[in-house]
Amino acid sequence: MADETQIIEGMTRAELAMAIRLSTEEVFSTMLGLNLTSGDVFVEKEEAVPTSGVVSIIGLAGAWVGSGSLTCTAPFACKLASAFLQEEYSAVTEDVLDTVAELTNMIIGNVKTHMENRVGAMGLSTPTVIYGRNFQTRSARNQEWTVVPFSLDGDRMCIQMCILPNPEADRSVRAGFPIPHVISV
Amino acid sequence: MATVLDVLIVDDSAAIRKILQRVLRQAEIPIGEVYEAGDGAEALNTLRNQKVGLVLSDINMPNMDGLEFLTQVRAEPAWQKLPVVMVSTEGTHAKVLEAVERGASGYVRKPFTADQIKEKLAGLL
Repeated sequence: MADETQIIEGMTRAELAMAIRLSTEEVFSTMLGLNLTSGDVFVEKEEAVPTSGVVSIIGLAGAWVGSGSLTCTAPFACKLASAFLQEEYSAVTEDVLDTVAELTNMIIGNVKTHMENRVGAMGLSTPTVIYGRNFQTRSARNQEWTVVPFSLDGDRMCIQMCILPNPEADRSVRAGFPIPHVISV
Repeated sequence: MATVLDVLIVDDSAAIRKILQRVLRQAEIPIGEVYEAGDGAEALNTLRNQKVGLVLSDINMPNMDGLEFLTQVRAEPAWQKLPVVMVSTEGTHAKVLEAVERGASGYVRKPFTADQIKEKLAGLL
């Protein structure tokens, strides 16, 4: 059953998940020529899960603030870069990290455009990409992430977003200052 | 014989700069040198030092974003007719309108296909 929890004014979690799914599928089919299979949407609470691989995080700021991220394994990131740049990548290089960052920018940016029709303009920060083993990420504010998993040839990738009303929304908007993240290794 | 154009690609993503360069090369547009810049300030510097005939620019970039870059380009009399196409994730009507008001010659939303870039440039060149 669709999750009717209101995420932002006039937008349910099911609608946010649909926006993430459509944006991701559009970016992958248009820029990479890859067709993903989407899985069941789930909600992740604040507890951080140990992660290995590549995480790309991008911030949203405006009347609402939040973050969006792409997480995947290192081999999956190499597969994305190989399709994006039409060169073979077997190890995580600058090009691979840049590809993951740009894909995150496009996916979350398109979801942002969808949301802006309901809640007004928001700024988008430049993405931060982390690659490593056994690290944890968490947001410094208590919140829930809407997570949309995707698979491709047995590999898994997740796109997730969290969004909250900005208590300082009447102040001037500066893009690039999302909800702070803590990364521990 | 068609005039060969030198092109400036402005984007903080090296991956996107590489893809746009490939699209231009495949588009059967007579392209000469392709210069790259990671932000608006770097792009202005390139424009001052090179004879560029076409600019493709992102909007969200550090240091100087694409809209400020566009404003500064149009403020310079020598660059008022220089074709500047914005290529950005920003897709709201308001953002496109703002780019056009600041003097953008065209607007392509990311993600883009090679055909969309070719089509946009064909109308300009």
